[in-house]
Amino acid sequence: MRRFLAGFAAIAAALIATTQPAAACAGLIGPNGAVNLLRTTTFAGYHGGVEHYVTSFQFAGGSGQFGSLIPLPGVPDKVEKGGAWTLQRLIRETTPVRRDIAFLSAAGSPTADKAVVLMEVRIDALDITVLQGGGAQVGEWATEHGFRLPPAAPEVLDFYANRSPIFLAAVFDADAAKARGQQIGDGTPVHVTIATANPWVPLRILGLGKRAADEVQADVYLLTDRLPRILPGARDGLSRTYSKSASESLLSDLRSDAGMGWVPQNAWLTKLSINSRVSALSYDLAVDADGNEAPSAIAAGLQAPEPTPGPAAVLAAAVASESSSSNSKVSWAVIIAAAAVIFGATAITLRRGRTVQQ
Amino acid sequence: MIWAFRATGLAMVVAVLAAAGIALAASGDDSPPVTSGTIAIHFSKFVAPELTVPAGVPVTFTLVNEDPIGHEWIVGDAVVHARHRTGSEPYHDHVPTEVTLKPFETKTTTVVFDMPGEYTYICHLPGHEEYGMRGIIKVRG
Repeated sequence: MRRFLAGFAAIAAALIATTQPAAACAGLIGPNGAVNLLRTTTFAGYHGGVEHYVTSFQFAGGSGQFGSLIPLPGVPDKVEKGGAWTLQRLIRETTPVRRDIAFLSAAGSPTADKAVVLMEVRIDALDITVLQGGGAQVGEWATEHGFRLPPAAPEVLDFYANRSPIFLAAVFDADAAKARGQQIGDGTPVHVTIATANPWVPLRILGLGKRAADEVQADVYLLTDRLPRILPGARDGLSRTYSKSASESLLSDLRSDAGMGWVPQNAWLTKLSINSRVSALSYDLAVDADGNEAPSAIAAGLQAPEPTPGPAAVLAAAVASESSSSNSKVSWAVIIAAAAVIFGATAITLRRGRTVQQ
Repeated sequence: MIWAFRATGLAMVVAVLAAAGIALAASGDDSPPVTSGTIAIHFSKFVAPELTVPAGVPVTFTLVNEDPIGHEWIVGDAVVHARHRTGSEPYHDHVPTEVTLKPFETKTTTVVFDMPGEYTYICHLPGHEEYGMRGIIKVRG
């Protein structure tokens, strides 16, 4: 299999009409490793306990294959071609100036040594595979299938797999796209349907494949039954730029797009804009769709799941025990120092207590 | 008052112990060089990135790649690393100081460092050095 690049991210390598330069499409990583830093767009609708996740992969020209990995909050019921205008219509709705002119139904990490392929779907020039596995297993699968994962991938995949071991791998075949007559800028929208307790959108992975100082620019549209609560709150690089009851015309337009019949009669539309340095984008978007409870800090990546001893800890221990007696000397010295400090702190506390009593 | 006095004395003893412990820890650098060692790679970082080895004798390194992606272990001076930063060799397996590791692969290599000094080891795959994949081997005469 020809080697293609990926590992990267793009929640959404988005389509978006080229007439909206501010929301231009993001391309996937090129074969030379260059990353297209343009804006990406994602739609996460939630109704009746089901998340509808719509993103798009843009044909950016060239040849060969490109890939993308997207973490998911659960096993999708369906992966299908998305509607033709959902993302564009959302942009129009939330860009008034232009108009003038989750979480986690985690199934737990599988015990298998290899990632398990749950679903394979072909959508136009896109080959989509839904995988279940730990970070190492999914990374191995991706490497074996020609993905050239960036150095941050092992940690980032592990970060996601500890929350939900489901990933969507998309391989875009530029040659097939050309053969299909797709033009540069044409997008292939993908609609993923997932039953979850709450919607969730991965953001941290947008930085995968970029440098720490690079900018991540993305727009996320949330459509929920009511005003949602979101974690993290507004901060540098993350702002809620639209939050209103969705208009009837928007809902009607969305409903008329392919696969969008689920759109309810009334809903709340939220737009979040991400303009963040990669180094600061260490979180995901956790949502409480009812707005009644606090969204999960674990789902948002702000709090780690229950820690388990990883291979690094085991290895570090092995390295320590393998070392010569000098290391033992160092270890004991550190233990003595630590014990002394603890003991000292206790003594000081005791002294303070006694002094107060006097 | 008696309690306060005793506690103060105790705290001083403890402080001396702590200082002794820290000093002992710092003296670990004087430990004898080792002739074998394990360097693990986890999350694209070298674990135990600093080793002290003797000059003029064979030193065996066990390189353990815990990651699902490939890595390199290239050890040498500044000239060696400058060459590899711009090199295009996809695979290294002929020189003991240049090792390519496939995902989850473990390899051993034996190196003789003729000259004392500090040698840096780096993964020169694209973006890996920038991500922090480097460590130091101290060679003593």
